[in-house]
Amino acid sequence: MMAARQSVWAAVLGIMALLILMAIWVAPLLWATLTAVKPELQAAAQPIVWLPSPVTFENFTSVLTTGNLPRWYGNSVASSLIITVFTLVLSAMAAYAFSQLTFPGRNLLFLFSLVGFMLPFEALLVPLYKLMNNLHALNTLAGIILPQLVSPIAIFVFRQFFDQVPKEFREAAVMDGASELRIMWGIYVPLSANIIWAIAIVTFIGAWNNFLWPFIVTNSPEQMTIPVGLTQVQSAYGLHYAQTMAIAILGGLPVILAYLLFQRRVTEGFLSASGLKG
Amino acid sequence: MTAVQSTTQLNRPKRAPTIWGPVIFLLLPFLVVYLLFFIWPALQTVYLSFTQSGLTQTGPLIGLANFKTLLADPDFWASLLHTAYFSVLTVIPLTAIGMATAMLTKAGGRLRRVAQAVFFIPYVLPVSVATLIWQWVLNPNLGVVNAVTNSQTAWFADPNLAMPAVAAVTVWWTVGFNMLLFLAGLQNIPLETYEAAELDGARGFQVFRYITWPALWPTTALVLTLQLVASFKIFSQVYLLTGGGPFNSTRVVLEYMYDTAFTNTDAGYASAIAVVFFVVILVLALLQNLLLNRGRS
Repeated sequence: MMAARQSVWAAVLGIMALLILMAIWVAPLLWATLTAVKPELQAAAQPIVWLPSPVTFENFTSVLTTGNLPRWYGNSVASSLIITVFTLVLSAMAAYAFSQLTFPGRNLLFLFSLVGFMLPFEALLVPLYKLMNNLHALNTLAGIILPQLVSPIAIFVFRQFFDQVPKEFREAAVMDGASELRIMWGIYVPLSANIIWAIAIVTFIGAWNNFLWPFIVTNSPEQMTIPVGLTQVQSAYGLHYAQTMAIAILGGLPVILAYLLFQRRVTEGFLSASGLKG
Repeated sequence: MTAVQSTTQLNRPKRAPTIWGPVIFLLLPFLVVYLLFFIWPALQTVYLSFTQSGLTQTGPLIGLANFKTLLADPDFWASLLHTAYFSVLTVIPLTAIGMATAMLTKAGGRLRRVAQAVFFIPYVLPVSVATLIWQWVLNPNLGVVNAVTNSQTAWFADPNLAMPAVAAVTVWWTVGFNMLLFLAGLQNIPLETYEAAELDGARGFQVFRYITWPALWPTTALVLTLQLVASFKIFSQVYLLTGGGPFNSTRVVLEYMYDTAFTNTDAGYASAIAVVFFVVILVLALLQNLLLNRGRS
């Protein structure tokens, strides 16, 4: 009896703590949203005006029609999609070779491919910048994309999944004279579709959010991606708080939507990328 | 590991000769990109650290001169100290809050799905979205936090508050990932363990102390290690929120490297910073791993 009462109290306290923490985590996003739908004068009013009256979407329309925001969107969409597709194709091909083909030096080469796990990308910034400079790729989409195509984690995860496919499938297909590419594309990829989707979404979110490299490789505003462009808003749009929050929300919206739509896949992707699941 | 594998290969019946065509076709695209944009730059970083180079041209070899300068450079040591300070302010809180939010979320009943989304959404935001929002929330004159607490605190401009404020923003922004790892860890603890403990009369904190904590330890160790490395690699939030100021009081190693390379265009010296930084991270991760694994047994 005592124990039951104690655990009810514990449950109530737990829910209350949870609600308080949730409120702290939601509050900044909520405040940003409230600010974004206020007329500029209300957003910066003193004393604070809590609720917008009237609610206005003017800030959103004005930042979408002036300035570089549409270009940044375009650059982000293009670079993130290209990075995602190429990363998946390159990783799946390599992972298939490591998983299903036998050749001398296979294990050594696989370990070598995983070295990338340990090298912090930040340590490569200077030579990468020099390389892009030599390739005349500064301030280009190619310059943004090229160093982001390598994903040792994707190779590692895909290989684990390809390893689990029963050997008989491949043997039967080889007997039928199918090429390796066909076997991979026709059998291994469909059987691993779930994890491929999960890694695809995680790669897309990662590419969309990448700040450091696009920040290094671009300095002309037309070539920037969303995360880099957002650092320019104070100079590009002036000190308009409501507009700034509208831009922040628009910059985060695609990834928030991607997460909410594919919540389970995103979770699965992040977990397998961290090595905890798979 | 390779020794074991090669013996098993020897014992295997005679292998068919390698067909190189598919191997090359499947591996070459990845290897070309990997060598060109990963391995080559990594080797270049080491090479450049022994040279006196600018951002666009590579200069002559000067031996260990960059490293000698670096070891005697008070700005470098200060930046390392700031990085360590940021790590102290973030590693334990991000691990503890990650664990707490995971446990509360798991016990949250109907709130569970919403709670998981609430804590995780900031993590999927670009860093500049997070910093724009927090610059506004913590704005000295017009910010909502100062309005509610009736103060004029300049959070990111006060030398004593700037780093803790950056750390707080980082906790908000990234704790969702740790929560996810802890949720997965909690999922792996069998329900029977809890039921057995309850039958034995374990209550409340006892259950946590004797069941959850030890069962969760592998996850905790993983989170601590990942977090330490992530915290040491701090750059973007500091750069965007304080620019390393006030009076360089928040300038971290990667920002010092960035300033050296791209403001002072001293690629040789910046590469020396990168090399030392890489070694520091590697040593830290190894030390922590040793320590955590000892705590486990």
